[in-house]
Amino acid sequence: MANLKELSKKPDLFTPGHRLCAGCGIPIIPKLLYKVTDYDIVVASATGCFEVATTIYPYTSWLKPFVHSAFENAAATISGVEAMYQSLKKQGKIARERKMKFVAFGGDGGTYDIGLQSLSGALERGHDIVYICYDNGAYMNTGIQRSSATPYGAATTTSPAGKVIPGKMQKRKDLTSIAAAHHVEFVAQTAVSHWNDLATKLQKALDVDGPAFLNVLSPCVPGWMIGSDMSIEVTRLAVETCYWPLFEVDHGVLKLNYKPKTILPVSEWTKIQGRFRHLAKPEFTHVLAELQRQTDENWQYLLQQEQLTQPPAK
Amino acid sequence: MAKIAATTGNSAIAYAMKQINPDVCAAYPITPSTQVMEDFSTFVADGLVNTNLVTVESEHSAMSACIGAAAAGGRVMTATSANGMALMWEMLYIAAGMRLPITLALVNRALSAPINIHCDHSDSFGARDTGWIQLYSENAQEAYDNMFQAVRIGEHMDVRLPVMVMQDGFIISHSIDRIEYLEDEEVQKFIGPFVPQYALLDYDNPVTLGSLDLQDYYIEHKRQQAEAMKHVPQVVLDVARDFERLTGRSYGFFESYRLEDAEIGIVIVNSAAGTAKDIIDQYRQKGIRAGLLKPRLFRPFPATEIAQALGHLKAVTVMDRLDSFGAQAGPLAMEIRSALYDLKQRPVVLSKIYGLGGRDFEEQHCQYVLDELVQVAKTGTYQNLCEYITHRD
Repeated sequence: MANLKELSKKPDLFTPGHRLCAGCGIPIIPKLLYKVTDYDIVVASATGCFEVATTIYPYTSWLKPFVHSAFENAAATISGVEAMYQSLKKQGKIARERKMKFVAFGGDGGTYDIGLQSLSGALERGHDIVYICYDNGAYMNTGIQRSSATPYGAATTTSPAGKVIPGKMQKRKDLTSIAAAHHVEFVAQTAVSHWNDLATKLQKALDVDGPAFLNVLSPCVPGWMIGSDMSIEVTRLAVETCYWPLFEVDHGVLKLNYKPKTILPVSEWTKIQGRFRHLAKPEFTHVLAELQRQTDENWQYLLQQEQLTQPPAK
Repeated sequence: MAKIAATTGNSAIAYAMKQINPDVCAAYPITPSTQVMEDFSTFVADGLVNTNLVTVESEHSAMSACIGAAAAGGRVMTATSANGMALMWEMLYIAAGMRLPITLALVNRALSAPINIHCDHSDSFGARDTGWIQLYSENAQEAYDNMFQAVRIGEHMDVRLPVMVMQDGFIISHSIDRIEYLEDEEVQKFIGPFVPQYALLDYDNPVTLGSLDLQDYYIEHKRQQAEAMKHVPQVVLDVARDFERLTGRSYGFFESYRLEDAEIGIVIVNSAAGTAKDIIDQYRQKGIRAGLLKPRLFRPFPATEIAQALGHLKAVTVMDRLDSFGAQAGPLAMEIRSALYDLKQRPVVLSKIYGLGGRDFEEQHCQYVLDELVQVAKTGTYQNLCEYITHRD
């Protein structure tokens, strides 16, 4: 468990002055990342909002080493950085007492879609890295195009809510389970609305000697069509409706970190976002019903997995 | 004392990599370069190198991991061919733009479609604008020698650019050739230790690499990259001079073969130059003053020196083992024609596209080219500027 008071005393190594939108969820992640740990951290980022808004030459928000090379390859890039660290360490060219950790960031487009192969490769090879996907549910940097993380029924610029087709008509890809299927030590799903869950999982992921993966739900003000003062509230509702369950797979054991006492209907989450506005129309009620069905199905699946993966009582 | 061995071009490259002992290699198998990494993997498995070998899941990730590793601050190498390089394409530009001195052993192979695993130069010539330094090699010895020089050239503080070393797929990569190996200590002394610059792992001097560079800075950074390329020719010559002192083997921007008193000449890169030199000898015996120029450094392009070497000829045919479809001539031919443009008196320059997809370049093909040149030199006129040869009509 992280202590907010303690964390607030630590310096901000991810600094303000970046150009991310007011209300964007992403900066919460790097801010916490540096605060939860004493490791020396090298960050790599995929091309995307995060990278372009924090490294506009000649400025940078990164007080510690940072590298970006391209869109689909943050996992491969950080693999190379980590491989060099291991090589130089073994050769005695880096001080023995220096303990460095390697963290890659990618959005959902750069991770669920174009970067999935390089992520899978890096997880399989066992590099000592943490890969963090900030999932805001679309290609937000290029102007809100649908990705495989976009929720069913959401409108984007390439899955617009038309007269005939009411937004995106495909299910969200279950990336967290895909990552877990690599049987790495630690995989988790968390959200920027739950700072303590996020901080704890960042710590756990960094402490793994090997690859770890975090999928972090992060709101996008223009993409979700919400007010900039609403982003944490909307993200919290994603958790309370079980659209975005908080869970971890630690050494193969799945644990739901939060089970709402009363699960809210998914409409409580969708109705305050402009990207789902069309679902209020009577002719599209079936779309909302299908999103609810998918959400329930996913929740039941996770409950089952939690039971199935419990180690036998001693 | 040099060790003389019989080996393939691929094994020679792998042995050079063992002697260089890079900190990280990231690679992915593709014919015909696979054997480079296979051989190198056995050196890793036997503990003969310090290299951390990263066996990635694609060539795109191979170059991405090389970029990450080089940015971290160490010596980095990889090998590939054809479609593998095509998959790296995006990252080739990024390696050069980030000024990372990575060495790439490229075993030349034709690009698909149709799929073909044999030699042509569509892969490396296609990469001419990526910002990489390009060194071509006629045989295994030259490929081996170029690897060490590539490290020195790319890592030079006036340069800091990636270098690719070419050899012909199968024709050289899989053929047994005589080779003189250097001693490991000689190699280490020649290449020297890697000197990192702006390294990610230099944690106390943190850097942000790969920034977003907009209208207000991008062109200045590209201009710096262009300036770095301008420093390359002098560095190539300096490194070649050191290498000659060590081995007695001499290298430059290109090899001139019987050009001094020639009237006609062929320009040709890599393995086919060997065949062409034999035929030129035959024509010399018949009293025909033929010569050959074999480019070694194609990027940056030593235009002035090539113009000096060819300017006195009456007619030249430039051989391209690739096509730039729809262009007026092969890419090398266009570059040579352009290099000669400012001369008051210049040779007629013709272009031949030959040997695509590994089609052999035989004596008869070279004789056809030389016979045509003899006629062109006499009349000053020609039928076709650019023509396919070595194929069936």
